[in-house]
Amino acid sequence: MADSASPSPVHRDTTEKLAQLKHLPPEGFLRTHVFSLDHKVIGKQYLDMALVAVIVGMVLSWLMRFHLGFPETPVPGLGTIAPSSGAGGVMTPELYLSLMTMHGTIMVFFVLTTAPFAGFGNFFLPIQVGAEDMAFPRFNMMSFWVTFVGFLVLLAAFLVPEGAPISGWTAYAPLSAVGKDAGPGLGLGQTLWAVSIALFCVGQLLGSLNFITTTLDLRTKGMSLARMPFSTWAWFITSIIGLIAFSVLLPACVLLFLDRVGGTSFFIPAGLVISDRLQPHSGGSPLLWQHLFWFFGHPEVYIAILPGFGIVSHVLPAFARKPVLGPRLLIGCMAAIGFLSYTVWGHHMFLSGMNPFSATLFSVPTLVITIPATIVVLLWIGTLYGARLRFTTAALFCIGFISVFVSGGISGFFLAQPSIDTYLHGTYFVVGHFHFVMGVAAMFGIFAGTYFWFPKMYGRMMNETLGKWHFVLTFIGVYCIFMPMHYLGLAGNVRRYSAFTDEYMKGSLPLHRFITYAALVTGAVQILFFINLFWSRFRGAVAPENPWEATTLEWSTSSPPPFDNFGTWHPVVYRGPDEYGVEGPSGDFRMQAVPDRGGKGAPA
Amino acid sequence: MHDSEMTLGPGALSRAEESPYGIKSRKMAMWLFIIADAATFGSILFGYGYLRLGSPDWPRPFAFFPTILNAAVMTFILLSSSLTMLAAADAAQAGRRSQAVRWLAVTALLGVAFAGLHLREWFTMFGEGWSLSHNPAGGPVLFGASFFSITGLHLLHVTAGVVALTVMALGHQRGRFDAVHVETTGLYWHFVDLVWMFVFPLLYLMNAH
Repeated sequence: MADSASPSPVHRDTTEKLAQLKHLPPEGFLRTHVFSLDHKVIGKQYLDMALVAVIVGMVLSWLMRFHLGFPETPVPGLGTIAPSSGAGGVMTPELYLSLMTMHGTIMVFFVLTTAPFAGFGNFFLPIQVGAEDMAFPRFNMMSFWVTFVGFLVLLAAFLVPEGAPISGWTAYAPLSAVGKDAGPGLGLGQTLWAVSIALFCVGQLLGSLNFITTTLDLRTKGMSLARMPFSTWAWFITSIIGLIAFSVLLPACVLLFLDRVGGTSFFIPAGLVISDRLQPHSGGSPLLWQHLFWFFGHPEVYIAILPGFGIVSHVLPAFARKPVLGPRLLIGCMAAIGFLSYTVWGHHMFLSGMNPFSATLFSVPTLVITIPATIVVLLWIGTLYGARLRFTTAALFCIGFISVFVSGGISGFFLAQPSIDTYLHGTYFVVGHFHFVMGVAAMFGIFAGTYFWFPKMYGRMMNETLGKWHFVLTFIGVYCIFMPMHYLGLAGNVRRYSAFTDEYMKGSLPLHRFITYAALVTGAVQILFFINLFWSRFRGAVAPENPWEATTLEWSTSSPPPFDNFGTWHPVVYRGPDEYGVEGPSGDFRMQAVPDRGGKGAPA
Repeated sequence: MHDSEMTLGPGALSRAEESPYGIKSRKMAMWLFIIADAATFGSILFGYGYLRLGSPDWPRPFAFFPTILNAAVMTFILLSSSLTMLAAADAAQAGRRSQAVRWLAVTALLGVAFAGLHLREWFTMFGEGWSLSHNPAGGPVLFGASFFSITGLHLLHVTAGVVALTVMALGHQRGRFDAVHVETTGLYWHFVDLVWMFVFPLLYLMNAH
C-alpha cells in the first residue's frame, strides 16, 4: 500500500478490513482491565466509579441530614476528620455548605451522568446495534480516564487546607470567582472544582461523539433506525444533548478559572466588597455565569433522566410481555424533550434579577416540555394496562421510576410559573422537587438497569428476594425523605441553611428529624443492594443467554458476551425490538436477530 | 466489495451496513467535533457580546494602521490557506500524493504566518500595557480579557491545526494517511477559518475607532 501511488478503492477497503480484523482480545492485566479499549470493560469502569461516587455522595448527605435533624449533637469522629470546621463533632455552617456542594457535584456529574449514560450506554449501545465495539475505542478509553482524573481532582478538594468549596454545585459567581475572600474552600478548593468539571466535560464530549458515531455508522444489517431499541435511542438523544451542553460548560469553567487565577473579571462586577476587602475586579456580570451554567445545567437534567426513560421503555415491555404503546410517539417525545431542554434554562433564574419579561419567555417552554414528558408517562401506563406483569425486581424499579418521576414532575408545574416560583424557589420545595424528578428517578433507572442487565454483564443472576426487599424499602424510604420536603417548602423553610435553630424555624425541627431518620434508614437499606451486587458477582446462579426472554441483540449472545460481542456470528436484524405477546419459536416473543424460519444466525 | 467481505470471513466492522449518510465514521466524528466546537465558540462570543452590551463605555482602541490592516492581512492569509487546503484535498483524492503533500505544507506554512502575525500583534499590545486584567485605553478591563481569551482560543485552534497538517503531510507522504484523512483535516481547517470570519468583525472591526 505504501508504495502504490494511487490505491484503488477496493485495495484501500481491503486494507482497512484487514486492520479491523486485528480486533483481537488484548493481553496482559493492564491492557485487559485497566487501560482497556473494550467498551464493555470501559462501561464497567464507569459503573464502578459511579458506585464509589454514590457511596461518597450518600455519606455526605447523611452528615448533612444528621446536622439538620440534630444541630447540636456531635457526630462521632467528625472532630478528628475535620479538626477546625467540625471541632467537637458539631459542624460549622461552612462545613455544611462544603458538604452540600460536594454532594451535589458528585451526585449530578459523577453518578447520575456517568452511570446511566456512560456506564450502561458504553456496555450496551454497541451490542444493541450489533457492533463489535465503539467507533473510536481509543477515544472511549480516554473518555473514561479523563473523567476519572476529574473525579480525583474533585475529591482532592476535600484534602486542601481550607477544605472543599462552599458555592453549591452551581458555583454561582461572583462568590465562586473572587477567591479566598469569599469564604473557606473558595480558594484552592473552588479552583480544583473548576478544573474537575472542565475535565469532566472533555471526557463526556469524547463519549458523546463516540456514541453518536457508533449509533449512526456501526449498526448491523437490518438494524434500521426504527428498529433500534428504546435504550439505544435514549443514549443517542442524550449524547446529542451532551455534545452541545458540555461544550458550553467547558468554556464557562475555563472563564471561571481565568477569573480566579488569570485576573480577568468575566463574572465579577465593579465595586464588590467581600470580607471588608474591595475586590480588584470590574465590569463583569454574575448573570453571565448563570446563563452559561444553566444553558448547560438544564440539558444536564435530561442527560441524567433520558437514559432512565430508555431503560424503563426497554425493560418494562420485557416483563409486561407487551410491546410499548406508541413506539414512534415515544421516540418523538424523547427527541422533543431533548430539543426543548435547550430553551428553558432561564427557569432556574427567575430570582436572579434578569428582566422579568424573560421569566415569562422561559416559563412557556417549561410548561410545554411537560407535554412530551406526560405523553411518555401515559405511554408507559398504557403499556402496563392489561398486562400480565412479571414482578421481577427490574420491573418493580421501572414502576417505581414512573411513580417518583410523576411525583416529582407534578411539582414542576408549580415551579414553572414565575409568580409561584418566586415564593418557592429558595425553599425545600425545590429540594424535594429535583431530588424526586432527577435524583431518585434516575437512581431507580440505574437500579432497574442493574437488575435487568447484571446477568448479561457478569454471567450470574442477582438475588431476586434481596432485590425485592431492596425495592420495597427504598421506595417507601424515598417518599418518606422527599415528600415532607414539599411541605416544609410550602411552610417557608429555606434551603441551604445548615440548621434551623432560631425561634421562627424551630417548628420545622420535628419534621427535619423524621426526614433524617428516613434518610439514614434508606441509606442503610442500600447495603442490601451492595451485598446483592458483590455476592451475585461471584456466587450468583449462572445466568443463561436470555434469562428474561427478551428480544434485543444483547440477549442473542452469551452471558457475558465474548470480547468481540458476538464471536464469529454476524447478527442480522429482522424486526423491531418490541415483539412481545406474539407467537414465536421459543415462547411469546420474537428476537430481533432470529429469522422467521430457521435457526439462530441463518443468513438473510 | 461484497466478494471481499466474504473472503475475509468474520470481518470486524464489515457487518455494519454502509453509513446512510455515505461518510466514514472518522469524518462524521469531525463534523460532530465541529458542532461541539461551534457551541464552544458560540458561547464565548455570546459572553463577549453580553459583557460588551452591558458596558456603556466599551473602548474602541484599534486604529486602521497597524491593527486593522494587520488583521486584514491575517484574514487574507487564512482565507488563502483554505484554498490551498482545498487543493491538497483535491490532489489527495486524485491520488497525486506528492502534490497533496506540497499543498498541505503550504497550508501549514500559511497557518504559521497567521500565528506569527497574531503573536507579533499580541506582544505589541502587551508592550502597550494590555493584559487580561489591564486596559491602558481606559474603560472596562474586560476588553483585554475578552480579546485575549477569544483570539487565544482561536490561536490555540490554529496551532493545533498546524500540528495536524504537519503530521498529515508526513503521514500522507508515507502512505499512513489516506485521502479521507486529508479531507477530514481539511474540514477542521476550514472550520478554524470560518470561526475567524466571526472573530475578525466582532473583535477587530467593531472595536476600531
